[in-house]
Amino acid sequence: MTDFAEAHRPSNLSQTGLSETETERVSYLRAGHSLSSWLFTTDHKRIAILYLISITFFFFVGGAAAALIRLDLLTPKADLLTNEGYNRAFTIHGVIMVWFFLIPSIPNTFGNFLVPLMIGARDLAFPRLNLLSWYIFMLAGLFTLFVLIAGGVDTGWTFYTPLSSMFAHANVVLAATAVFIAGFSSILTGINFIVTTHKLRCPGMTWGRLPLFVWSIYATSLVLVLATPVLSITLVLIAAERLFGLGIFNPALGGDPLLYQHLFWFYSHPAVYIMVLPALGVVSELVAAAAHKPIFGYQFVAGSSLAIAVIGFFVWGHHMFVAGQSMYASAVFSFLSLLVAVPSGIKVYNWTATLYKGHISLDPPFLFAMAFIGLFVVGGLTGLILAMLAVDVHVHDTYFVVAHFHYIMVGGTVSAFFGALHFWWPKMIGRKYSLVWGRLSAIFIFLGFNLTFFPQFLLGYWGMPRRYHVYAPQFQVLHVFSSTGASVLAVAYLVPFLYLFYSMRYGEPAGDNPWPAIGLEWTTPSPPPKHNFAKIPVVSGPPYDYHVEIEGKDG
Amino acid sequence: MGTRTQIVVIWLVLLVLLASTVAGSLVFTGVVGLCVSLGIAFTKAGCIYWKYMHVGEQPGLLRVAAFAAGAWLSILLMFLVVDYFTRGLG
Amino acid sequence: MVETLVTEPYSDPRQQHDAAMMGMYIFLGNEVMLFGGLFAVALYTRLVHTKEAVAASRALHYGIGGTNTAILLTSSLCIALAVEAGRQGERKLAIRWLIGAIVLGLGFLSLKGYEYLEEFQEGLMPFTGFDTAIKTPVQHLYMDLYLIATGLHALHMVIGVGLLAYLVIGLSKRWIVVPERAITLIVVGLYWHFVDAVWVFLYPVLYLAR
Repeated sequence: MTDFAEAHRPSNLSQTGLSETETERVSYLRAGHSLSSWLFTTDHKRIAILYLISITFFFFVGGAAAALIRLDLLTPKADLLTNEGYNRAFTIHGVIMVWFFLIPSIPNTFGNFLVPLMIGARDLAFPRLNLLSWYIFMLAGLFTLFVLIAGGVDTGWTFYTPLSSMFAHANVVLAATAVFIAGFSSILTGINFIVTTHKLRCPGMTWGRLPLFVWSIYATSLVLVLATPVLSITLVLIAAERLFGLGIFNPALGGDPLLYQHLFWFYSHPAVYIMVLPALGVVSELVAAAAHKPIFGYQFVAGSSLAIAVIGFFVWGHHMFVAGQSMYASAVFSFLSLLVAVPSGIKVYNWTATLYKGHISLDPPFLFAMAFIGLFVVGGLTGLILAMLAVDVHVHDTYFVVAHFHYIMVGGTVSAFFGALHFWWPKMIGRKYSLVWGRLSAIFIFLGFNLTFFPQFLLGYWGMPRRYHVYAPQFQVLHVFSSTGASVLAVAYLVPFLYLFYSMRYGEPAGDNPWPAIGLEWTTPSPPPKHNFAKIPVVSGPPYDYHVEIEGKDG
Repeated sequence: MGTRTQIVVIWLVLLVLLASTVAGSLVFTGVVGLCVSLGIAFTKAGCIYWKYMHVGEQPGLLRVAAFAAGAWLSILLMFLVVDYFTRGLG
Repeated sequence: MVETLVTEPYSDPRQQHDAAMMGMYIFLGNEVMLFGGLFAVALYTRLVHTKEAVAASRALHYGIGGTNTAILLTSSLCIALAVEAGRQGERKLAIRWLIGAIVLGLGFLSLKGYEYLEEFQEGLMPFTGFDTAIKTPVQHLYMDLYLIATGLHALHMVIGVGLLAYLVIGLSKRWIVVPERAITLIVVGLYWHFVDAVWVFLYPVLYLAR
């Protein structure tokens, strides 16, 4: 803090909420108090906060659907929900979690907040487009909530034809419209980040000095821009089939239902990389900061983000191994799917090497990063199992697949999201939170997660199909474990919001660099002023410029 | 050539290509016909992109930005072709 | 390039100009993928049901389609000239060429509407009860694709005409100042040319399959 602040620090500092220090009085949070100064802002930091609030809301709506699912699965019979009701529950869980939580979570909150700060810019390339993205997202969210109230949709988040196009009696067109609208939000976000990274880096910030988080957001944005429009047109085609009886996916009219799956998964497989690439970037930041060491093999880690983004476009057919795709095409997709694990593996090895002989501090962000690495490795290895054509034939559409993707998306992305929240919260809000509670949350999230999802690997391997709520009695024990874990997880996910909110009022002011960590975002006050930097920084050194002891030299 | 002259010349070229694509469809059929019409379409689109959309004046990075999606689309189309052509086999 | 209005977060005009161009090129790339899905469906139909697809294509009016292509190419000419006028600071000339493009754009849409009407009266439209001339299920599929593809294109044309109208009004009322804000014309021009380029592919793919 500045000397001025020291001299004028009020004595009742801890009781008076967010505007005590000199810094807080001129921060972006205080620059304008009215509702319209928030709703018409073009400040990337405020838009990030708007997104944070929205996606948290959707996280809990999707979580409520999950709670219904896990409650129903406590017993082998259909005693909580009807068959239709269960279909609608898992569909709305998937739709909300994928499009209204996972895809925007890290890019639109932490990406928006941090990318300009990390590259030394005053804002993103197109600030008004950024605000428009949020409005479009909210409009789509509104549509989805309307779908929910109107009874939901029962096709699964994947909207497979011919169920969705010809037979479903639910709000398919409305749901498709909601997701279509959400797609525009993604596309505009992606364009903004790509142009920002190319054009707004401060002097001296070469590509080789960019934080790895920026690299991962850039790679994610490439996928957002190239993949999302294919989803858009596919949704238009489903809606057209439903509304006008078009026959593109109807075999009786010469169409091909598998064509739908090709188009859908051409987007949706890269979409899962949209969900995980930013998380991978966050973990790189958390690991470097926790180890107080530069990331090992920076160029390889940066390159691996791009590799995952590119290779991710060549593997979509692995979702269709048993759907009627040609055997030869399946073989090619199987091989390419194995290939995409290589860059992910590179990142994990490099993080491990970074931690080796680092001065590790066991703070909450580190614990979340470790949770990520462990759970992501399990998810990734089981992904390799699924990529093997011969094995997939047996476990496709079982709980094995469900466990695999939850390990990556929940064990991975959600852990990274919480890790990012715990790491950058002091920067965003300007206050420190209780580290003890942070560590406890991380531990209970990890334990609850494993209790919930590990049994599902076993369930799937032993034959429990996915999307069923009536099952053979021998599966019940594992389902009870899973549901118990889900309740632990639910509480563990709620607790951080309590102590983080508490810190907004009662937390100690964070100062510019509370951890401390290396990065341009830590050179500006917490919370940052509206224009980010008093003067645009000039970068002259490598990224993660931590002091590294060389054996025999420093003694 | 001045810029405005270039613009008009490109327009004339495009019209000639349009005439040739129609004429071509009357002569060529099947795979050859498809190649001819797509080839002419790519040429026309290329003229539009290079001159009218200023891609010819841009630095390399922006040229990549302009053409990247076309390359990407070919991934989808290529694998679709592989699937459909190999379904009947084996 | 003479644009001088540099706003935050940019620090120099070249950077701001490049950012706008880059953003638009990427957005149009995204549009390539959007229409690309439809071309994927067209590819499927042509590959798997070649004979019926060709027969369905012959039933369309390639003359009207060809005329529309010429109209659209000429509208692109007008836009290119309007943009050049804007870059040179010739406000009134830019307005005139833009109006020319709007007229041609509306002409395209009218001719398309007339064409749809013709097809409807011939029984080619794939609506139940009105599809008397449709001979095979594949032709039904083909007409579906034709409708969606040309419909999506027409929607983009309507948006384009709206953008052009905005430019005309903006230039007339001097909200848009040329040559300082010529970038606005350039960027809208990019959109219009792109929509033209899409039609350049749609025409042979839909109308000229033999």
